[in-house]
Amino acid sequence: MGAVTAFLSRHPVAAFGVFFAVFPFLMPYKALASQVLIFGLFALGFNLLYGYTGLLSFGHAAYYGLGAYGTGIALAKLKVSSLWLGLAAGPLLAVVGAVIIGFFCLRRRGIYFAMLTLAFAQLLYFVAFHMADLTGGDDGLRGIPLLPVNLFGWKIDLENSLAFYYFAFVIVWAAVAGLKRILDSPFGTVLQAIRENGDRASACGYDINRVKHLSFVFSAFFAGLAGGLDALRLAVVPVESLYWVTSGQVVIMTLLGGAGTFFGPFVGAGTYLVLGDRLAVFTERWPLVIGLIFMAFVLFLPKGIWGTLVDKLPGGQAAGAKP
Amino acid sequence: MTSMTRRKFLAATGATAGAMATQGWFPAVLRAQGEPLRIGCPLPLSGPFAALAADMQRGAQLAQDELNAKGGVMGRKVEVLFRDDELKPAVGAQRTKELIENQKVQFVVGGLAAHVQMAINEQTKKSKVLFISTSQSDEISAKPDTSPITFHEALNPTITCRVMGSWVAQNLGKKWWIVYADYAWGKQCNAVLQDTLAKQGGTLLGATPYPLGSAEFSAHLPKIQAAKPDVFMNVAPGADNVALHKQLKSFGMDKTMKLAQPLLWISYLKEGGPEVYNDVYGAINWYWELESSIPSAKKFVDASLKKFNIPPGDYGAYAYSGVLEVGRGVELAKSTDSEAVANALRKNPVYDHFKGKQWWRACDNKAMQDMWIVKGRGPGKTKGDWGLMDMVAKVAADEKYDRTCAEKGLA
Amino acid sequence: MDVSLAAVLPQVFTGLVLGMLFVLLAVGLSLIFGLMTVVNFSHGALYMLGAYFTVFFLTYTRSFWVALAVAPFIVGAIGLLIERFLIRRLYGRSPDDPLLLTFGLSLVLIETAKLIWGKIGLTLDPPRELGGAVNLGFMAFPAYRLFVIAVTIVVLIALWAFLTRTNVGLIIRAGSRDPLMVRALGIDLNRIWLLVFGIGCGLAGLAGALAGPMRGAYADMGVTMVIESFVVIVVGGMGSLLGAVVAGLLLGQVVGVTTFLAPKLAEIMVFVVMALVLLIRPSGIFGEAGLAE
Repeated sequence: MGAVTAFLSRHPVAAFGVFFAVFPFLMPYKALASQVLIFGLFALGFNLLYGYTGLLSFGHAAYYGLGAYGTGIALAKLKVSSLWLGLAAGPLLAVVGAVIIGFFCLRRRGIYFAMLTLAFAQLLYFVAFHMADLTGGDDGLRGIPLLPVNLFGWKIDLENSLAFYYFAFVIVWAAVAGLKRILDSPFGTVLQAIRENGDRASACGYDINRVKHLSFVFSAFFAGLAGGLDALRLAVVPVESLYWVTSGQVVIMTLLGGAGTFFGPFVGAGTYLVLGDRLAVFTERWPLVIGLIFMAFVLFLPKGIWGTLVDKLPGGQAAGAKP
Repeated sequence: MTSMTRRKFLAATGATAGAMATQGWFPAVLRAQGEPLRIGCPLPLSGPFAALAADMQRGAQLAQDELNAKGGVMGRKVEVLFRDDELKPAVGAQRTKELIENQKVQFVVGGLAAHVQMAINEQTKKSKVLFISTSQSDEISAKPDTSPITFHEALNPTITCRVMGSWVAQNLGKKWWIVYADYAWGKQCNAVLQDTLAKQGGTLLGATPYPLGSAEFSAHLPKIQAAKPDVFMNVAPGADNVALHKQLKSFGMDKTMKLAQPLLWISYLKEGGPEVYNDVYGAINWYWELESSIPSAKKFVDASLKKFNIPPGDYGAYAYSGVLEVGRGVELAKSTDSEAVANALRKNPVYDHFKGKQWWRACDNKAMQDMWIVKGRGPGKTKGDWGLMDMVAKVAADEKYDRTCAEKGLA
Repeated sequence: MDVSLAAVLPQVFTGLVLGMLFVLLAVGLSLIFGLMTVVNFSHGALYMLGAYFTVFFLTYTRSFWVALAVAPFIVGAIGLLIERFLIRRLYGRSPDDPLLLTFGLSLVLIETAKLIWGKIGLTLDPPRELGGAVNLGFMAFPAYRLFVIAVTIVVLIALWAFLTRTNVGLIIRAGSRDPLMVRALGIDLNRIWLLVFGIGCGLAGLAGALAGPMRGAYADMGVTMVIESFVVIVVGGMGSLLGAVVAGLLLGQVVGVTTFLAPKLAEIMVFVVMALVLLIRPSGIFGEAGLAE
């Protein structure tokens, strides 16, 4: 067990690759695997801001939603002919949103900041609701084509559920590697210093507002990429993508998995989505169940599933908070 | 909380997660021949339209029973699988994926809200599964949403508002005020109603949008009252509809003008009560009292009363018809291939399951059907728990009530 | 666009009524936050429970007055339980944790309401005595809405008297300024926090009870209200009760006027105002300048 956790801590990106390469075969159906991957990426972005920088955002649906609409509008309305360009439009729009919204929200700290992010996300929701010509309004943005991937002259059709999964897998894997780079860099260290004690970090001479804003933007990039991928997966962008419920979901997933840990977001997304999928077949009370589970975690298991596992297992400390 | 309990907690969740991950993964090999015909049915079992969804579920179950009582379809038992779409498009899409990939459904009938059914439709189109939508929407039977395997059983705002609008202008009055919810359905209804009114030579005194869900009308009502319209058109959905009627009453406006709305569902009347809906006019696709004049209606109502003790409602009727149409299509095509079934239904478009003749229009797979103008019965005039409306007039099905296929972007 | 006095006045009036609901919610939130630095996300769910309990008691006692009097106290009592058994466990932990916990609680309360009272929502009628409209010559005010305004004013005055004229009120005000000092003086802050949380929740319940006859009782009625109430606090200044009152009334008017003049912008206007305040005066109208929190 110790060897496994040691491997995990030293090569988290490789471990991620190995596990998620076989993941679709562990799931009841492939589309669920894709959903876990994409929401795991969304939670990854959120975790960068909350788990590593210590800033709780309650409006992260804004960036997921902007990503989804960015990709959706590029492909469905602007009729962009390249899948890559279409996909890139998503995180790009999310980043623009984060630069602007981050500027406003970071003028306050703590709980204020959290509720402000929520307020701005709601603002975006209502804007998208009413700009029906562009976004489809409450009917959602439909008709997003899943263009074939153009790879060195080969055309790969993504309509097959498994093919789409591996397409998303490659992209998410690259994002995970990117996150590792960010966390390992000096910037990453400052982020975590801010989480521990912002004033002290400031006293050390770091421009913490700039660092926070940058972290916010990076976080939005990952969330936006997840949104873009989801637009491709669902072929629609529902306006609910921007709603506070979506923001709440990513908070729950991350906490469930373990905030501030490398794999926590994916563990959380997987648990939440698989549990929800299977339970929804038996009951309509899933929101009640997850609400209770979430409360129990906040009270008794604040480190989340992965965070607690990592704490308890030998050699696990290394695999946990610091990848 | 001791660490002992935490460990138990982790163990329990771990075991459950493992069990759930492998459940449902059993290889298709184990499924034998003569397996059931599966129809997926996503509907909003939780949420504000739960009553309508429950009605739909009952209708689908009745159809399932009816088909199985005849020995199934092509000798195979029919199984309808229900899933809660929570009235959310993303959930609807995901549940549809699950039904298709995991449960291997061959057809999908369902959807209650316009935005959800369109998300469902994107999935069924991708997987080449026939989808019979039971939800009100103008877009589902038009480009770019529709497809050769997308069928629309329910009414749409264009048909409903043209029918209701023409009848109201001819029978109740030609000076209108419209209050409508500012979202897709409300805006569509408003546009069609105004157009219909103009074509009937009427005058629009005013049209007031309001944000969906904020049923606060008292600021607008004095102005409307002062304008003295013949007819007040209530284009508010769900709880807003009930709230608007109550506020109209509190201003005494029910005494000075006629109250009408595009759709009057039985669940509105049940929830609002006869005092609120007294003398309110509306249009409907189905009402159980049709049993006294239409044989297929009687069969449908009897079956529902026998199994559920409740007469079937409007959405239940859509679901009933949708599932039966799948059965009919499969029998005609002698195949469960969605394209074959779709072609068979287009070749034999006429059917009558519960209210008389209906048919699929070939160019857009739209179900053409009769409608009725109804009026709410006041207190003391209702009959039993469900005798809440009077049938005022029948409006026979006619393709002219919907947009032409050319207008929908189809040939 | 008809902008005569006769057209604008009803809108101002409706905005005033909405503003009163905002004030009740924002004052409750602000009391709790000012003293305990806890954001109660379940405030909206408690508002919802206020409406549902009013329907419940109305059905059993057939008296709207009794229901209106009792429901807020029941909600306040639930607030006491929440503080004692849930929030109190989180003191000393990250300040984000109470927000997370009350978010989860909000989901649980909403789903439980659906479980108990059904998913459609319930309708609630104002009592017959308040059913009509009061004609003041230039316009007719719906009587029930006048009642809402009156009740809110009375409650606010009572609250102000409580905070400024009683010993407990004094401790509460001192406690929000300097909790350490108050503890050092030997006062049991735990009891005070329990009381304040209960009062804050009771105010939310009252707002819901008053809103019920106007909007009906339905499970999701509280969520957008809590977000908007928080916007009120941002605009008014966190921890400032006067700010909560002024901003609540102001934002009620903003919504009312926008609904009249530009309905499509009605829902977003509160957020636009909030963004402006953040730009120009981040601590809010009555907030203490320089306080980054």
